[in-house]
Amino acid sequence: MKIPSSIWTLLIGIGLTLVSLWYGQNHGLLPTAASDEAPLVDGLFNAMMTVSTGIFVLVEGILIYSAIKYRRRAGDNADGPPVHGNVPLEILWTAIPTVIVIGISVYSFDVYNDMGGFSPHAIHEAPMTSQVMNMPGAAIAATLSDTPPSTEPNENQEKSDQAMQDPATAAVRNADQIPQKRNAPGVGSVAPTLGPTPENEGKPPAFVVNVTGLQYAWIFTYPDTEVTSGELHVPIGREVQLNMTANDVIHAFWVPEFRLKQDVIPGRQSEIRFTPNKEGDYTLICAELCGPYHGAMRTQVVVQKPEEFEQWIQEQEVASAEELKQAVAVNPVDLTPDEFLAPHTSHMGIHPEMLHQLHK
Amino acid sequence: MTQAQVQEKANIPALAEEPEIRHWRDYFTFNTDHKVIAIQYLVTTFIFYCIGGVLADLVRTELRTPEVDFVTPEVYNSLFTLHATIMIFLWIVPAGAGFANFLIPLMIGAKDMAFPRLNAVAFWMIPPAGLLLIASLVVGDAPDAGWTSYPPLSLVTGQVGEGIWILSVLLLGTSSILGAINFLVTMLKMRTPGMGFFQLPLFCWAMLATSALTLVSTPVLAAGLILLSFDLLAGTAFFNPTGGGDPVVYQHMFWFYSHPAVYIMILPFFGAISEVIPVHSRKPIFGYKAIAYSSLAISFLGLIVWAHHMFTSGVPGWLRMFFMITTMIIAVPTGIKIFSWLATMWGGKIRLNSAMLFAIGFVGTFVIGGISGVMLAAVPFDIHVHDTYFVVAHLHYVLFGGSVLGIYSAIYHWFPKMTGRMLNEFWGKVHFALTIVGLNMTFLPMHKLGMMGMNRRIAQYDPKFTFLNEICTIGAYILAVSTFPFIINAIWSWMYGPKAGNNPWDALTLEWMTTSPPAIENFDKPPVLATGPYDYGLENTRKGVPLSDPDPVLSAGPNSVLRAEPDESSPAITAEKEER
Repeated sequence: MKIPSSIWTLLIGIGLTLVSLWYGQNHGLLPTAASDEAPLVDGLFNAMMTVSTGIFVLVEGILIYSAIKYRRRAGDNADGPPVHGNVPLEILWTAIPTVIVIGISVYSFDVYNDMGGFSPHAIHEAPMTSQVMNMPGAAIAATLSDTPPSTEPNENQEKSDQAMQDPATAAVRNADQIPQKRNAPGVGSVAPTLGPTPENEGKPPAFVVNVTGLQYAWIFTYPDTEVTSGELHVPIGREVQLNMTANDVIHAFWVPEFRLKQDVIPGRQSEIRFTPNKEGDYTLICAELCGPYHGAMRTQVVVQKPEEFEQWIQEQEVASAEELKQAVAVNPVDLTPDEFLAPHTSHMGIHPEMLHQLHK
Repeated sequence: MTQAQVQEKANIPALAEEPEIRHWRDYFTFNTDHKVIAIQYLVTTFIFYCIGGVLADLVRTELRTPEVDFVTPEVYNSLFTLHATIMIFLWIVPAGAGFANFLIPLMIGAKDMAFPRLNAVAFWMIPPAGLLLIASLVVGDAPDAGWTSYPPLSLVTGQVGEGIWILSVLLLGTSSILGAINFLVTMLKMRTPGMGFFQLPLFCWAMLATSALTLVSTPVLAAGLILLSFDLLAGTAFFNPTGGGDPVVYQHMFWFYSHPAVYIMILPFFGAISEVIPVHSRKPIFGYKAIAYSSLAISFLGLIVWAHHMFTSGVPGWLRMFFMITTMIIAVPTGIKIFSWLATMWGGKIRLNSAMLFAIGFVGTFVIGGISGVMLAAVPFDIHVHDTYFVVAHLHYVLFGGSVLGIYSAIYHWFPKMTGRMLNEFWGKVHFALTIVGLNMTFLPMHKLGMMGMNRRIAQYDPKFTFLNEICTIGAYILAVSTFPFIINAIWSWMYGPKAGNNPWDALTLEWMTTSPPAIENFDKPPVLATGPYDYGLENTRKGVPLSDPDPVLSAGPNSVLRAEPDESSPAITAEKEER
């Protein structure tokens, strides 16, 4: 019996859809999801993987089928049929990818919003005020000396100053040497954030940690506790805000299980807010090339029960008090990086010998 | 009579005699013949490809184990920095210029490029720039801040190495700007009479798009690098945050070129594949205008997607959304090309020779890079995988699975025209099989590595990734081995291969309508178009397109204003010739 080609097309289409749907959910390519934001990203990825599998199998299928079915038989030197084009077909395969990418864009937009990418706070930072537009020299390419000093508050500077109120943070940051970038009028924040998720909008974060990146370590300071640590400990289920900046070069904060990454840039104050929701130890990775020992710039993020976290904080307070006195007593600029980092090495999982090798 | 015979009958008598075989020494001189320059480009860039490949294998050797045990971390960073710089600036970009040099004048029926001396200058900037870069390894102070050279890191690593890197890239950028001007003017002004834009082969459309993109974007990189060199050598603070500069501004300037650079690297080979597939499928290209316009669309859209490299650095939320959408939209013209190639093959009489196999490999692997590119455009997902091996996998699928397979396909296709001799098919197929296996083994596992948590540019990694890295490393060795059959085949066939004849593939574009290798000024008289560039199979339906009028003046047609007058030989040179 000869099966009509339209039925074959239908069957292949159904098969392709089923394979795509199955693989889109069962690819096993992502690590554990350990934050409230992670399942959102995973959902987006699974959707993209489903569509991608379909397109991939379709293209490779046609390619291999054509190569086998339409290969030249020995002795056949004729040309194929002179088909130059087919307008409806071309419109179809322009329209379908367009619809797909618009769909993925809308979905991504939605996920990004749910992760807190569009906190109103960030938008508020980009006022295109009449004052800005009427500024002398704004319309023409003014030389630097023509531009009057801005009267807008420098939000980065304010955030930096606020973090430096905490003595432990002030001890590890060298913000006094790095001027903080000012927002350019009309284009928004120079230090964007992943802000609060829509349901936490307007509420202050439950919990704040100041993060300082330097070659090749992360230093975490917990405001109001005098705790300085080389590991990030956070209590489970509470929204954490990290206030981050770097002392020397660009680093990037990445915890794969949280699906979050944010560059940590000298001269800027970046923030991310997230809610860890699964107990465990996760690796925090520096994702931006920061020098030869970039690969060694790793540490642990420990998500623990609130009572264990409280206990850890208390242990650290006792231990840090001594170190802090030493650290505050001397200006970090006068120290070699080796000496400067020495008090922190026990927390950072870096052997002192290695540290010495790094900075020799 | 087939279409190819019609086309040949109209043109071949022009050059019946075998041209003078060039002397090998010509290839080491400041020669102004576009074909000599093309070979100079292709051979030089291939040598750099081999050097870049050795560096890649050293990088992979280090990554066989999680510890740093093969080279020091400083040397490791230099290795991947030089690998990327060489592969991008000294291999793929100039290799595209090499093919354009050979093919454009032949395809449009011109005697040479518009500015032959400029053409030679553009080539002769490449060897010193490349030697400079490699010399930095020898003097022991190689650049090690990555090919992106982000400040402030690039300002605190070795000053000598970074300075050499900047100078070398500036030279190479200048070279590609000069080349782009030459290609544009040649295609706009020097087409043979009667050749309108829609009789241009698609490779020429691709080079129009590429050259326009090069001209717009490369100067921005040059500006960024010059400012960076001021920061590095003169202590200014354009990008140095300690003096109030802004490192993110450098990223904008860098990516304003370096994102379009991937289109500069892939578009010429989209063009080459659009030539190879119809010839070896014996069918007209499907959707000629769609492919031509999609090249221009990619060129334009390519200019407004750069900030997707900066989704995790200092750009505001609305900017991330804008660049997400523009990046996604680029998938549409790319998809048009892929579907048109598939439709061209569909129902054809496909000759599965090495050129066609590499073209099929190109489509099959490039599509993986394209799909992961759409994924990376989605901001929330990019935030997770930015700067990881997922990105490394994506870019290698695009640049190796795309550009490099495209280069090989083009070499197998045009080798008979360039040298007058055929390549060995058996060794071509061995080369293809090894390349496809090595390529997928090396880069496919990297997708998973990146998503699971392996960041890029690291000499030491989490031991749980050892197994997948081992596979990648073995794949990289297979890739290294895969080049040997090709190199030996190319050298042996060039010297002793069977004679190719003028048109071994029965192709219709004008480069096949002259002798192989073509004589010094390509054609005796401006060639006439007996058929369109892809009119395969038309003899079955109607008897071809009528010959355009062989008289160039009469057939000048509506677009004659765009065409240069035929060269008038200078009286001094004519007199000199007569004296001899």
